Amino acid sequence: MDPALITPFIKSVQNVFATMLQMPVEVKDPQIKQATSTTYDVSAIIGMSGDCVGSVVLSFEEESALRIVALFTGIEVTVDSPDFADAVGELVNMISGGAKAMFEGRKASISTPSVVLGSSHVVSSQKDVPTIVLPCVSDCGRFAIEIAIQDQVESSGSGNQSAAASA
Amino acid sequence: MKILLVDDSKTMRNIQKSVLSQLGYTELEEACDGQDALSKVKAFGPDLLLVDWNMPNMDGLSFVKAYRQDDKTTPIIMVTTEAEKSRVIEAIKAGVNNYVVKPFTPDLLSQRIQETLEKCAAA
Repeated sequence: MDPALITPFIKSVQNVFATMLQMPVEVKDPQIKQATSTTYDVSAIIGMSGDCVGSVVLSFEEESALRIVALFTGIEVTVDSPDFADAVGELVNMISGGAKAMFEGRKASISTPSVVLGSSHVVSSQKDVPTIVLPCVSDCGRFAIEIAIQDQVESSGSGNQSAAASA
Repeated sequence: MKILLVDDSKTMRNIQKSVLSQLGYTELEEACDGQDALSKVKAFGPDLLLVDWNMPNMDGLSFVKAYRQDDKTTPIIMVTTEAEKSRVIEAIKAGVNNYVVKPFTPDLLSQRIQETLEKCAAA
């Protein structure tokens, strides 16, 4: 995957957290997602289309998600509250929107987000699309951004990508 | 002053409400998408609208175009993740008066609201 598609996500997540949560985020070195990957408890998934096609997933362990959502919304919410899923969805929306605005020479659209809640789940991408994982560390805990995007501008064109959650 | 907040995210509407109440604006109505907003504008009669772009059922741009068919003057601020210059131009052509890109600080949102209201009052 072109680093030009990854760096915007690093900048965007740092911008979103700094602006809306007043909290710095350290983004560790990008990694290629392995078959036996980290499991999560909360994932917000957003689709991307246009010149870049695929999905972006923002994933947390439950404790991190609860702390981050409380900071973002200003109120304590439980995982089963609709406000919790809404807040997580809005975070992935802002991160993805900010990133795509930094894609040079490419126009992309993002979908409305979906949120998956379930202890120790894995979000799978289409098997022939490499997924880059950005491990993130904040004062509220760890989380990750998984990017599975195909550049339609340079590729010969491919089918739609989809992310499927499996628990 | 009556303000309509149009965003599918309750989190975002709550953040906007918090900024607005700090500015002294308490007569607020909420809509969760463009269709919901269209159903509320006649009865509520907003003096200002804050509108998201990406929403289900009817997106913000479609709502602005529909709203502007009957109301050319009430100020609209688009509050959205769509940050590309082409999108901003598209929104202005549709009739948006100002634009705030998410994420935003409360200070930025309040500044944009103030400047929009001042510009519209002067016009």
